[in-house]
Amino acid sequence: MNKTLMNRFSLILSKFGIIIAFAAVFTVLSIATPYFLTLPNMITVLRQISFNGIVALGMTFIIVTGGIDLSVGSLLCLAGLVSAHYSVAGSGSEMPLAIAVLAGVLVATIFGLINGLLIAKGKLPPFIVTMATMTIVRGISLVYSDGRPITGFNNGYKEIGQGSVLNIPIPVVIFGVMLLISVILLKYSKFGRHVFAVGGNEKAAIASGINAAKVQTMVYVIGGVMCGIAGVALTSRLNAASPQAAEGYELDAIASVVIGGTSLSGGRGGVLGTVIGALLIGIIGNGLDIMNVSSYYQKIIKGCIILLAVFLDRKNIKS
Amino acid sequence: MIMKTILSMNHICKQFPGVKALDDVSLEITEGEVHALVGENGAGKSTLMKILAGIYRLDSGELILDGETVKFNASIDALQHGVAMVHQELMPLMDMTIAENIFLGREPVIGKSGIVNRKQMVQDAKVFLDKLNVDIDPRKRMRDLNVAQMQLVEIAKAISCKAKIIIMDEPTSAITKKECDNLFVQINELRKNKVSIIYISHKLEEIFEICDRITVLRDGKKISVSEIEKTDVNRIITEMVGREMDMIFPEGTAVPGATLLEVKNIAIKGLLHSISFHVRHGEILGIAGLMGAGRTELAECIFGLRKRDSGDIIKEGNLLNIQKPIDAIKNGLVLVPEDRKSTGLNLIANVEDNISVANLDNYTKYGLIDQRGIRNSCNDMIKKLNIKTTGYGQIVDNLSGGNQQKIVFGKWLLTDGDVIILDDPTRGIDVYAKYEIYTIIQELAKRGKAIIMISSEMPEIIGLCDRVIVMCEGKVTGEIGKEELSQERIMRYASGIAT
Repeated sequence: MNKTLMNRFSLILSKFGIIIAFAAVFTVLSIATPYFLTLPNMITVLRQISFNGIVALGMTFIIVTGGIDLSVGSLLCLAGLVSAHYSVAGSGSEMPLAIAVLAGVLVATIFGLINGLLIAKGKLPPFIVTMATMTIVRGISLVYSDGRPITGFNNGYKEIGQGSVLNIPIPVVIFGVMLLISVILLKYSKFGRHVFAVGGNEKAAIASGINAAKVQTMVYVIGGVMCGIAGVALTSRLNAASPQAAEGYELDAIASVVIGGTSLSGGRGGVLGTVIGALLIGIIGNGLDIMNVSSYYQKIIKGCIILLAVFLDRKNIKS
Repeated sequence: MIMKTILSMNHICKQFPGVKALDDVSLEITEGEVHALVGENGAGKSTLMKILAGIYRLDSGELILDGETVKFNASIDALQHGVAMVHQELMPLMDMTIAENIFLGREPVIGKSGIVNRKQMVQDAKVFLDKLNVDIDPRKRMRDLNVAQMQLVEIAKAISCKAKIIIMDEPTSAITKKECDNLFVQINELRKNKVSIIYISHKLEEIFEICDRITVLRDGKKISVSEIEKTDVNRIITEMVGREMDMIFPEGTAVPGATLLEVKNIAIKGLLHSISFHVRHGEILGIAGLMGAGRTELAECIFGLRKRDSGDIIKEGNLLNIQKPIDAIKNGLVLVPEDRKSTGLNLIANVEDNISVANLDNYTKYGLIDQRGIRNSCNDMIKKLNIKTTGYGQIVDNLSGGNQQKIVFGKWLLTDGDVIILDDPTRGIDVYAKYEIYTIIQELAKRGKAIIMISSEMPEIIGLCDRVIVMCEGKVTGEIGKEELSQERIMRYASGIAT
């Protein structure tokens, strides 16, 4: 009798562990400092995690298939540079907002496609491919921008990252929309089932009639699209496009996904977990900032949390 | 002669999430005996043995090995105490060679240097392989072997470990009669050397041939332990399933109709030589043969899992273009594969996901999944196939081998294909579940489906099939009609001996 109660408890813990952890940290921070639990700060947190969050959404798809994408930071950066280039107010290259944004997103999507094709059709390991893409695209960004930042955007472009709708920052709205699309795509669509099937057992998925190569290519394309959108939004927010932007974004994105409960070995997890993972990282960073903890310590703390999350994930799988 | 007890497993209990796998089970093994452990799928045999082999930890109870109470925390403990296990679901290191697998952890080294003596390792491995009459180069990688060959390597490994107790879990499920006879010779040798063997198998004829005593488990409990001469097959079956089994094969009432599928001149260089056959509506066509005959490869070709060099697949007069499994599925051809864990199932997904995965198109509207529809179909399938599971949400990895196989069946039945290829569909499945699957196969034939059944089990080929083609080394060597079916005839064709 006691055993079954314990079994049930451990099952609930494994499913909702991340939410409980989030609630715990949230409560602790609210008590630790009065500046945390205020409406402006909450909105700040949401806006801060939006850019990373969008990237993490794409990363979720990729990790569920058992892959990984280290190039997200670079894709984001290039998308920002390209869209910025066409949005400099009064310049010869200025284009209508829609075209500029589309150009940026398209560039990131194309590199996502290249990632996907090399991994799915070329059968090359995702780690190496995306590490290479990461370096190549970073180089392209430097060449494209001549190593210099782009500033002086037109109002339309500025609005994307700096404006708000009904007091909600536009990046948060974009994040929300992307989240909705991701949930529908991963959880409720046929494509989503294929993603999980391929991640769970690629051979069995193929033997069940699924085009595994196509699925694997598509998730990297989705990753590219997300990077493109995040790139435009972030560049707009920072009011400058820099070839050094978004370095290290891949680690935060992967951390959000893993902390959120998606398994690195694939076939298991979800987008909602990723969001909570991103929020957890977000509030910790935010809380530590408010309490004036140096960013050096923050790195240590963030790393420890990732270890803890992976440890709990492993324990969950074992039981 | 006093029989010395070498092993006592007393009052063993083991619980998994949602399933009580073992409920106060006791087992006693004497030195040099071959002790059979039987029971339906899910009865607890594999679990009990995994506890003995140190892979699982018992919840309560004790293990007494050669007079001393032991506690195994890892399989290395068991191995050091002289307990070796040859698993039902083989787990070799695929990218390492046969020799490396056999001597894993015990590699012969050059003097004290710690450097592996590869030449010695290969030589020693050859000795054990020769003992089992297996003619494979020990330097070959496990990945390049088929299921049957991998199993023989596992047995060689156990023998090489000089174990006092060797647990064999379904050792003959994927090997042919010749290899099986060979294995029994080895078992007798081991018996003479006072090695005990715990023999888990569903093949009762074999058990009565080789074993001294037999313990029956059912639903996690021990039902009986008897000496082989003092019991008989019917009594054992009754104890296993709790009911009398008077008929092993259901009556086939299907009447074969027009030709549904025709396969012409399928060839793969070095593997298949111009294979042709046909199968009709409502017909169960058996494909018999020894290991290495090429039957699985043929099935994979027809299903689009393997590229062929030449050959045509014609269904109802139309030439089909099959390059990938999806092409086959779209044309109503389905394949229940030989190895369910690697090709048939997504082990980390649940019952529902596994059953629906090949048929998602039929449950998709505007790209979105009709979850309720899938769930209903899944529940229907669970009932129809009598799958022992806690529900649609159970992770498939936690199910027993037989129930896993039923899930694979369920997946393909859901697609409603009309040519159903089965590759060793009852491998590692208990007597009662086999009967259920035979009934399903007969039912499908009655509905007009064409069944192609690859099998190495003579009784089921003779009991089920309307017609049998026999393959040997990549060629069709014979075709036998129902009236002329006999074990001898099949074996003759399978060995390539002309009639």
